[in-house]
Amino acid sequence: MKCECMKQQSDLSLLEPVLAEYAAVPGSLITILQHAQEIYGYLPTDVIYHVAERTGTTPARVLGVATFYTQFRFQPVGKYLIMLCDGTACHVNGSARIAAAVQEYLHVENGGTTEDGLFSFSIVACLGCCSLSPVMMINGDTYGSLTPEQVLEIIKDIQAKEAAE
Amino acid sequence: MSMRIAVGQGSCGIAAGAQKVAQALRPLLEGTGIPLGTVGCIGMCWLEPIVDLYENDTLKARLVRVQPRHAEAIAEAAKTGDLSGVADLTITPDDSAFLEQQTRIALRNCGIIDPESIESAKAAGGYSAIGRILSKEHGMTPEDVIECIKVSGLAGRGGAGFPTWFKWNAARQSEGEEKYLICNADEGDPGAFMDRAVIESDPHTLIEGMLIGAYAIGAQEAIVYVRAEYPLAIKRLENAISDAREAGYIGKNILGSDFSCEFRIKAGAGAFVCGEETALIESLQGQRGMPRLKPPFPAAAGYWYKPSNINNVETYANVAWIINNGGEAFAAMGTEDSKGTKVFALTGKIRRGGLVEIPMGMTLRQVIFDIGGGIRDGKAFKAVQMGGPSGGCIPASLLDTVIDYKKLAATGAIMGSGGMVVMDESTCMVSMAKFFLDFTAKESCGKCVHCRIGTKRLQEILSRIVSGEGREGDIELLEELCNAVRDGALCGLGQTAPNPVLSTLRYFRDEFEAHITDKRCPAHACTDLLHYSIDAEKCRGCTACARNCPVYAISGAVREAHSIDPNACIHCGRCKAVCKFGAVTVD
Ligand SMILES: Cc1cc2nc3c(=O)[nH]c(=O)nc-3n(C[C@H](O)[C@H](O)[C@H](O)COP(=O)(O)O)c2cc1C
Ligand code: FES
Repeated sequence: MKCECMKQQSDLSLLEPVLAEYAAVPGSLITILQHAQEIYGYLPTDVIYHVAERTGTTPARVLGVATFYTQFRFQPVGKYLIMLCDGTACHVNGSARIAAAVQEYLHVENGGTTEDGLFSFSIVACLGCCSLSPVMMINGDTYGSLTPEQVLEIIKDIQAKEAAE
Repeated sequence: MSMRIAVGQGSCGIAAGAQKVAQALRPLLEGTGIPLGTVGCIGMCWLEPIVDLYENDTLKARLVRVQPRHAEAIAEAAKTGDLSGVADLTITPDDSAFLEQQTRIALRNCGIIDPESIESAKAAGGYSAIGRILSKEHGMTPEDVIECIKVSGLAGRGGAGFPTWFKWNAARQSEGEEKYLICNADEGDPGAFMDRAVIESDPHTLIEGMLIGAYAIGAQEAIVYVRAEYPLAIKRLENAISDAREAGYIGKNILGSDFSCEFRIKAGAGAFVCGEETALIESLQGQRGMPRLKPPFPAAAGYWYKPSNINNVETYANVAWIINNGGEAFAAMGTEDSKGTKVFALTGKIRRGGLVEIPMGMTLRQVIFDIGGGIRDGKAFKAVQMGGPSGGCIPASLLDTVIDYKKLAATGAIMGSGGMVVMDESTCMVSMAKFFLDFTAKESCGKCVHCRIGTKRLQEILSRIVSGEGREGDIELLEELCNAVRDGALCGLGQTAPNPVLSTLRYFRDEFEAHITDKRCPAHACTDLLHYSIDAEKCRGCTACARNCPVYAISGAVREAHSIDPNACIHCGRCKAVCKFGAVTVD
């Protein structure tokens, strides 16, 4: 079987303004990848090859850098990214119960995406709102002092909103 | 009478609903001439959302736990000056005491000024220190600045507590024209959030501190490395940098002097080890964030191998105050060994969780009990974790320890960046040790063997202990391995990774023994070691437990005592949660 990974057809022109600004600036690889992820939602393989070519380095190096950092994803994420904190404060205040509730309700693993593509779930360390622990962030909005019941309510609200659209 | 309303909108205030409160207030204030402003985080996170009413710039009332439905009463109070309608919301003297017992230097403007307005920062004295340093008549040379910082005794607030003046001086002395000044805002220690609060609430104080540092070492470029999880901090800092540039504090020939300095922000991409200064530099250069072997130190060869200085956010946030008030004023606070103030993030099972800035030399008891109000829900204090994954747990018997770099280190914990996670009797210390090793094993960058494999093995041993598979000799094995990792690791991450294990072994050895020998978790936290049973005296045979048991481990006839099959039980605790008669007991 031939390798299929280059068959992806990302619209590389979207990245052009970013490359024009940063490709020639030394040390900008992470910045470029951050912009790329913002554009495509994750880092598709053909984008990684393209970035390597335009920054004059190898795909291996780009991938080496990308895999080092937890921010970068190599698969598409759901429309809503649930980041649940399991930092020390949240851990002590019962984040495990929240995680269990979300996982049971949405049937997702840590790092996984629901079948309908609506939610991705990821357990992270510290969102910096530790005194409201346990804390989660959904697409940049922070929710604090969670209980398992509340977290399900928040998710159900999003589901209802999406169903209505 | 001129009234003004300010809504606290740091990340935690917003998470608690502050924006909705502000939205509810806005239409009610239209046409009244009463300004509605934004302030950052005052640090009283357990009371968020917080709304302050000012009259002629003095605080008239602080309203707490405000909800959008309170907006009308608040608007009315602001219009009439009559506070009786918001009396219920007004902070209690007991809660106010949280602030009154603090001495705020790094946090001096947090929650008071508008973080999105340079005018507000300047009205609070912002940029007066750099103005003085660069002024023709009373100017200070870079050497004067370094001397002033030396007199102050300021030490790095990012963890290691290294004297700031020494690093500045080394970078100043290093050969070369091209130098860099970096701010470490990676704030990786889970449970610490003072750096976020400073940037979100008072970004100009950070910028000014960095400008002074850049002037002192001779840097032409300043870079702030902020963790990606702090989007609001990045946004406010970007805004502040552009305002400061427009006002002539950033760029060429600052305030007409021959000092020039550019600023930029680099967002981190999520890697704990990037908080380590050389790993941070690698990351700034677009590489994998792997630490370098030291020496050479960054002061000699840092960013692009040019002389560089790295300090923490809180360190820089003290600098302008020190220049304005003199090094002696700062050094007058604290202990022989540790000068000035330190910010702590009080979290966990504490009653009043938030940010506390106190002079060094207070005791842990004063911070946790007098300021923090002690433990929630009437439970007993068990330990406080300080220094995060590099630190340790301090038990109740050492609560009178004085806050000072050396005294804290003597307990086996460290000052660290100031996270204080308070734990009560329901926290299992063995499982906390495992929690931290899970963290460091995951975050180890893999460059050196001791850290990469050692933390993994430590994690495995701790995992088997908490799941009831601990073996005789595991404690000794842990100790041996801890020593090897500490001595053999390349960077601070690995060298300090054993601390959470060693310090819990030191103070809570009996808990390890109970797990290993008796297969029991004294805190009733490790689910694998719990034994659920039903008290036949109390059980009414309502069948609630049997119906809710996910694995059908409970049997018994209606109105007769039920029983749990220990071999089928998965220790999920659902039976205990649903029993209305308190008949399910855990051991
Ligand atoms: C694994 C590791 C993580 C660190 N994380 C941070 C951090 O998140 N923030 C920080 O300011 N310093 C951190 N440090 C300390 C830095 O290496 C460095 O000492 C500090 O930024 C220097 O600034 P200071 O002298 O002002 O404290 C970390 C060190 C290690 C070994
Ligand atoms: S520990 Fe969860 S937000 Fe900090």
